[in-house]
Amino acid sequence: MKRALAIMVGAALILLLATLTLVVMPYLQMSAEQIPPDLKPYTEKQQRGRQLYIANGCVYCHSQQPRDPSFAPGDRDRGWGRPSVPGDYAYDQPHLLGTMRTGPDLFNVGARLPSIDWQLLHLYNPRTVHEDSIMPSYPFLFRHVEEAAEGDKVVYPREPYAPESGQIVATEDALALAEYMLALDHTYPAPTLPKSDEPKE
Amino acid sequence: MTPTIAILLIITFLLSTVGLLLLIWSIANNQFSYGQSAARTIFSPGEEGHSEDPALADKPDFTGDTSAQASAIKARWTADQSSRTAVLTWLSSAVFWLILGSFFGLVTSLKMHLPEFLVSSEFLTFGRVRPVHLNAVTYGWASMAGIGVALFLIPRLFKTALAGGKYAVSGAFIWNIGLVLGLVAITLGYSDGEEWLEFPWQIDILFVFGGALCAIPLLLTAANRQVEHLYVTSWYLMAALVWFPILFLIANLPFTFPGASGATVNWWFAHNVLGLWVTPIGIGIAYYMIPKILGRPIISYQLSLIGFWSLALFYSQVGIHHLVGGPIPTWLVTLSIVHSVMMSIPVITVAINHHGTMMGNFKRLKDSPTLRFVWIGALMYTASSLQGSMEALRSINVITHFTHYTVAHAHLGMYAFLSFILFGAVYFIMPRLTNWEWPWRRLISLHFWLVSIGILIYFVSLTVGGWLQGTALLDAEMPFMDIVRMTLPALEGRTIGGALMTLGHIVFAFHFVALLMRRGAGNEQPTLFRPAVKEPTQ
Repeated sequence: MKRALAIMVGAALILLLATLTLVVMPYLQMSAEQIPPDLKPYTEKQQRGRQLYIANGCVYCHSQQPRDPSFAPGDRDRGWGRPSVPGDYAYDQPHLLGTMRTGPDLFNVGARLPSIDWQLLHLYNPRTVHEDSIMPSYPFLFRHVEEAAEGDKVVYPREPYAPESGQIVATEDALALAEYMLALDHTYPAPTLPKSDEPKE
Repeated sequence: MTPTIAILLIITFLLSTVGLLLLIWSIANNQFSYGQSAARTIFSPGEEGHSEDPALADKPDFTGDTSAQASAIKARWTADQSSRTAVLTWLSSAVFWLILGSFFGLVTSLKMHLPEFLVSSEFLTFGRVRPVHLNAVTYGWASMAGIGVALFLIPRLFKTALAGGKYAVSGAFIWNIGLVLGLVAITLGYSDGEEWLEFPWQIDILFVFGGALCAIPLLLTAANRQVEHLYVTSWYLMAALVWFPILFLIANLPFTFPGASGATVNWWFAHNVLGLWVTPIGIGIAYYMIPKILGRPIISYQLSLIGFWSLALFYSQVGIHHLVGGPIPTWLVTLSIVHSVMMSIPVITVAINHHGTMMGNFKRLKDSPTLRFVWIGALMYTASSLQGSMEALRSINVITHFTHYTVAHAHLGMYAFLSFILFGAVYFIMPRLTNWEWPWRRLISLHFWLVSIGILIYFVSLTVGGWLQGTALLDAEMPFMDIVRMTLPALEGRTIGGALMTLGHIVFAFHFVALLMRRGAGNEQPTLFRPAVKEPTQ
C-alpha cells in the first residue's frame, strides 16, 4: 500500500507543478494586464448575442485571435486586424478564441462588415452572399410571416433563397447575434502590444 | 511582473531537473523496481512462454503443470469473476456511447460539405451536433471503456478479488446520468462554451462523483494486494485515476478564469485529457496485453518506469501548444513547445518496449484479434505522439493551426491509438468474464477491416486537405472562398472514412450484444481470426 500511495502522491505532485506553471502563473500575469481604454464592455443585447454564439457553436469554425504578422502574415493581409493582446479579452467569459478557421477569423468582423442587414442576410442563408459557402443557414433565428408588422426587421434574400410568398423577419435572437457580430471591433490601438511587433524589414 | 515570472520559471525548471535527477538516482539504486524480474509479475508461476490468448495454435492452453500452478490459474479466474458486474456495466455503457457518438460524428461530417443538411431545427445545427459527438466519444466511449478495462485489470494485477465493486457499478450509473444530462444540455444550447468543457459545470459534479466512486475499489483492492511488486500497468492506471478528477475539477471551476487566462486553462485541461487520462490508460493496457498474449515479459522494465515518470513530467505541460501565436505570454507557449518536444523521450521508451517485445512474434498478428488491435494501437501511439511533437514546433504549427490537419491528428490519437487498444482489450476481456467465446470470428475480421480502412481514409484526406488549407491561409493572395472550395474533397473523404468506421462500430456492437446473449458455439475454442482447430467439414 505504501508503494501504491507513493506513486499516486508523486503523480499528483507533478500535476501540481504543471498547474503552477500553466494555470496559476499565467493567470497572475494576465490578470495584471492593462485593459485597453477603448475597449467597451458588452451591452446586455450584445451579451445575449454572445450566448447565442456559444449555444450554436460558432466557435467550432471561427477563431477570434489574429496572429502577429511577423509570424503568420496572412492574418494581417486578409484584413483580420492587428495581433490581439490579453487585455482585448477582459470582458470575455468564457473565452472564444477558437481553434478552427473553416470560416474566417471574426476578431474584427464588426469593423470589416459593419452592416446589420448584411449580417442578418448572411445568418439567414450564407449562400445569399457567398454562393459556395459551407456555413449552415440558421432559419430558426428568423420568422416567416405573411406581412411584416410595424417595427419588424425584414431581411430580403435574393432569388432563389427568398420565400415564394410573405416575408422573412429577424427574431430578437437574430438581432442580438448580429449586434454581437458588430461589437467585434478591436481596431483601437493596443497599448500593451510589444514594440518589436512593428514590421521589420 | 516579468522578473517575478522569470524567477518562478527558473525555480520550476530547477525543480523539474532535481526531480529528474532524483528519479534517475532512485532507478539506478533500485528504489523503485526489482529490475527485470518485476516485468514477470503479471505471469503466474510457470506461465511464461504460454500465451493467454492463445494466439499460438500449436501450443495447448496453459492450465498449469503442477497443483501450485493450477491453483494460481484458478485464482486468476476468481479475480476475473470478481470484477464481472462492474466491468460489464462500464463496458456496455461505453459501447452504447460509441454508437451514439459515431452517428453524431457522421452527421457532423456530412454537414461540413452539405451545409443545408438538417438545418431547420436548432437542436441539430452543426455547432451543437459537433460537441455532442466529441463529448459522447470522449467521456462516453473512451473514458467509460477505459475505466471498465482498468476495473478488469486491477484485480488481475493485484492478484486478488476486486473489493468494493458495487461502488464502481453505482459510479457507472451516475456517470451515465451525467452524460445524458450533459449531452441534452448541449443540444438545448446550454453549453459552457469551451472545447472539451462544454458540459455545464453543475452537471460536471456528477462526473467527479462517479469517478471518485471508482477510486474506492481501486484503493480497497490495492490494500488487499497479493503481489510484491506493482507492475507498470498499475502505475499508469493509478496515476490516471488520480489525475483526471484533479484536472476536471480545476478546469470546470465556474467564474474563475476570464478571457485569455481562460484559454490557457481550457487547453491545459484539454490536452491533459489526452495526455494524463486516456494516454496512460491506453499505454497501460498495451503494457499488459502485449506480453500476456505473447507469453514473454516486456524487454526492459527499467525503461518502462523512466517512460512513466517522464510522461508525467512532460505531458502535463504541453497544453499551451494549442495557442501558438495566440494572445498569451510568449514564455508560456515556449514552455509548452519545449515539453512537447521532450515528450519524444517517454514515447520512444514506450515504443522500444512495445515494439521490441513484439520482435520476432509478428506472425501472431494473423491469429489474435486482441494482439492485432492492441499492437496497431501501440504503433499509432508512437506515430501520433511523434507527429504531435512536430506539430508543436512554431514553423509547422503556423501552417497546421486552425486547419483540418489538427482534426486528423486528434483522430490518429483518440481513435487509431486509443480506440484500437480498447477494442483489443474488449475482445480479450469479454470471454473471460462471461465464460463464453465471441460467436463469429468473421465479424471480428469485418470490424477490423472496416475501422482500419475507415480511419486510413479519414486520416489521409484530412491531413492532405488540412496541410493545403494551412499553406493557403498564410498567403492572402488566395481568396478565402477558394480555400473553402479547395478543402471540399477532403471533407467528403472524411465522410466516407467516418461512414466505414461507424459501420465497423455497428458490427462490433452487434457482436458484443450477441455474446451477451450467448449466441454461437460458446466455449469450445477461442475465437481467433483463423480457426485454432480445423473446422469440421460440413
